[in-house]
Amino acid sequence: MKAIKYIGLVIFIIAITIFTGTLFTGSFGLTKAEVNEYVETQGYKSEVIKQELEKATVTDEELSIFEFSSRVRDAYQASNNHYDDLIAKYDADKNWDKKGEQFQYKIYGKPHTLSYNLAKKAGSGFVKENAGLMWWLTFGLGSIGALLFILPNLILLGAPGIKNDGIFHKAATNRGWIAWLVLIYLVTFYLALYFRADYVVNWTFILDPISEFLNGGEASQWFVYGFLYCTIMSVMAVRMYIKYRHNKYQIMRTTSVLFFQIVFAFLIPEIMTSLNMPGYDFKNAFPLDYDFFFEWNIKSLTKSGGIGVFILVWGTILTLVIVPLMVYFFGKRWYCSWVCGCGGLAETLGDPYRHLSDKSLKSWKLERWVIHSVLVISVLMTVVTLYCYFSGAESLLGINSQWIKDTYSFLIGAWFAGVIGTGFYPIFGNRVWCRFGCPLAAYLGLVQRFKSRFRITTNGGQCISCGNCSTYCEMGIDVRAYAQKGENIVRSSCVGCGVCSAVCPRGVLKLENGSMDGRINPTEVLLGNDINLMDLLNQK
Amino acid sequence: MEHIVIIGNGISGVTVARHIRKNSDKKITIVSSETDHFFSRTALMYIYMGHMKYEHTKPYEDYFWEKNRIELKKGFVKTIETQSKTLHFAEGGTLQYDKLVIATGSKPNKFGWPGQDLDGVQGLYSKQDLDTLERNAPDNKACNRAVIVGGGLIGIEFAEMLVSRKIPVTFLVREDSFWNGVLPKGESEMISRHIKSHHIDLRLSTNLKEIKADKNGRAKSIIITETGEEIDCNVVGLTAGVSPNINFIKDSNIETDRGVLVNRNLETNIPNVYAIGDCAQQREAIGNRRPIEAVWYTGRMMGEALAQTICGNTMEYNPGHWFNSAKFLDIEYQTYGWVFAERGRPEYERHFHWIHKDDDKCITIAYHKDTNVFLGINTFGIRMRHEFFDTILTQKWTVDKVIEHLAAANFDPEFYKLHEKAIVSQFNTETGSTIRLSKKGWRKIFA
Repeated sequence: MKAIKYIGLVIFIIAITIFTGTLFTGSFGLTKAEVNEYVETQGYKSEVIKQELEKATVTDEELSIFEFSSRVRDAYQASNNHYDDLIAKYDADKNWDKKGEQFQYKIYGKPHTLSYNLAKKAGSGFVKENAGLMWWLTFGLGSIGALLFILPNLILLGAPGIKNDGIFHKAATNRGWIAWLVLIYLVTFYLALYFRADYVVNWTFILDPISEFLNGGEASQWFVYGFLYCTIMSVMAVRMYIKYRHNKYQIMRTTSVLFFQIVFAFLIPEIMTSLNMPGYDFKNAFPLDYDFFFEWNIKSLTKSGGIGVFILVWGTILTLVIVPLMVYFFGKRWYCSWVCGCGGLAETLGDPYRHLSDKSLKSWKLERWVIHSVLVISVLMTVVTLYCYFSGAESLLGINSQWIKDTYSFLIGAWFAGVIGTGFYPIFGNRVWCRFGCPLAAYLGLVQRFKSRFRITTNGGQCISCGNCSTYCEMGIDVRAYAQKGENIVRSSCVGCGVCSAVCPRGVLKLENGSMDGRINPTEVLLGNDINLMDLLNQK
Repeated sequence: MEHIVIIGNGISGVTVARHIRKNSDKKITIVSSETDHFFSRTALMYIYMGHMKYEHTKPYEDYFWEKNRIELKKGFVKTIETQSKTLHFAEGGTLQYDKLVIATGSKPNKFGWPGQDLDGVQGLYSKQDLDTLERNAPDNKACNRAVIVGGGLIGIEFAEMLVSRKIPVTFLVREDSFWNGVLPKGESEMISRHIKSHHIDLRLSTNLKEIKADKNGRAKSIIITETGEEIDCNVVGLTAGVSPNINFIKDSNIETDRGVLVNRNLETNIPNVYAIGDCAQQREAIGNRRPIEAVWYTGRMMGEALAQTICGNTMEYNPGHWFNSAKFLDIEYQTYGWVFAERGRPEYERHFHWIHKDDDKCITIAYHKDTNVFLGINTFGIRMRHEFFDTILTQKWTVDKVIEHLAAANFDPEFYKLHEKAIVSQFNTETGSTIRLSKKGWRKIFA
């Protein structure tokens, strides 16, 4: 069994090496005709860009993606510089008309996105020509290797039950060197995905056939991310099924997040796209879906006919009615650990790191400041955006609409949710984003804290303060602090994953929905002691 | 300002300190030679098993003590001078008190076995014991086999710990079925089978004769009394119960027996000296309870009660309905009220026992054979609600009514398969009743 596990590990490492290695393969170049066509379809007015791009990309040299990217970016830069020089010149000449004319020739857009779009057309080589084979060598082999590593646990872990043996002894799960390596890999991955899409263009070639099958178009880096996301969640869900096979709550919850990720976040939007509808994830609620009310989205939805209007109405109702109502009945867990994609990844890929969250009072204080600030900022951003959309103004209260959107997308959308939120799993635990950053979680949390039937019930006086519940709380809630006082746990951040209840060796904790009366029940003396003493102190 | 000194920073000592602070401004000092801060003793096993680190076992963050003006002193009390109200420390130095609380807990029993003090022979009670074990048995290369002597709750935990590091374990148990002095037969036998299924070499009806040393004075093997068999091992765990840790008091004029003798107010024979927790011995047992209760929960309850007395609101230690819990490898155990094993069972106590076919869940309900009044329940592998049983024990429900409302007692996580129907149906068959399981929730019943 152990041998199978190690073979699986080796296969997985080979697959991830091939996957990473593909980035350094292939050659990139265009023909004159291709450059012409591209410049025309893009509608560039610049008179020098065609020439610059030809110089950069029409070559007999075998350019790697990195050289290609650098040349393309330089070409765009050269074109823009050309017009910037003219602008400066006319400015000096005080020739305002001429100066004003030049701006239309400038090409806007993120350099790496411009380069990505060209690279997508310019790539050739083994990976692109053998996408099927490469899929098997990367996704296929990786999944097989990971499963071979995971499946033997059915026997190796012994009888069903809580098996956390050695978690704090292993370099992978106790912030050792393996954890740091994984962190570096994940952070690099997210940085590339968000900010250097052109560097990972080879990955999109691997998935082009699948993308074309699903939505009729070529794979983008977001398609790669979505597909990878689903693959990782599926494989790691198998791990959850084995680890918690004695616990039906965990089984159901894992199945639920997997279903919502694959069907709602991945398949439905792809199919909608293939039907010329706007691709929409029906479960992704604002303000987690922070660009739902951005102008481009509203415009694109209103232009898409009936379905677009339906999505607009649905998205609004989802946030204003469905989300709070469901939290009232079931707690925010219905979303965070049963439906949400971020939660889904945290509960599958992130489960091995759940015990690394910080439980100190300090981090709880920090958490409340940060997450509620993000909520306020996201709402403010949306108000500014909508005001500007309907009034045609560029800013509200001195806040520029474009600036706040760009800043939020960069800092919160990319850095916080992605690079830190997932990249730091192996060191800070699997819910950094959900705990400190997610504006939707903050909103759900407020409802959960003040108006919900959900609580974690503490079983009378049975707590022995062992600390398993707090240790394995991914949200960093000091569960024990409540349980050892005989008090129910009602916390805005609780995502209801149910693991505190699972790891409790004394059957003290139970996630429940029930009457709001007595839900919050601070006690001085625990159940089981002198009735007079309990009366005296608890009714004071 | 009155100075309250508490010897011992376990659950009893810390509870009394916390509650004194809640009710007064007295100066409070907790003395301990074990650790700087309070930790959960019941969680020691999880540190060795790698589920937690030591810091996770501390129920309060380190800032807590200063914030609540509870002074912590690290030191080993050598003698207590009750005349001058002075503690003398082994490290030198003294400490004056106005009121003294002795909460020094237990120490592992040793019954005079030859070789019981050798290197490699140890109990499992303190943080120091855990550190010793980490040295004695870091892995299965340094420790090829361990022998555990004594089949109680610490014994099974000790075995589970060693198994988590793949160390082969031989488990010597004096009784003919695991813990059957406490558990009724059906349960005890199920747990015995469960232990064996974890590849623990469980030897029932087996006593330790002696522990043999190698030439360096380390334990190398043990001899079994009954068969004379010699078992090679590197570690011998002594888990044949615990007794009060009160050697340092023996020379003082505080009256002791096996533990520090206290009345119902937890007062010793010396005014302003109290004892609580594992080390306290009631002059007369309370109800069915033992005079010495070495249980987490009772230590906490004594602390809660004594704090009232110390703060001027004299209050007896008057615990409510008995409850307890444990975990045997993968099987959780809870008990509410009294369920006696075959040994020492009152003549009026009758049992209903149900066991699941998977052999990992069972319950035993005890009731009075004449009045049918429910006396207590043991539950294995099914979680049940403390508040439910505490209430019905007070209300003296009959066993029929308890069986009818058993679903309301369930505390398992949502979506778990429920077994109440099977339990009710078996009860009906055995007793000729026609009870139908009620679907009412527990709040509705008591409303």
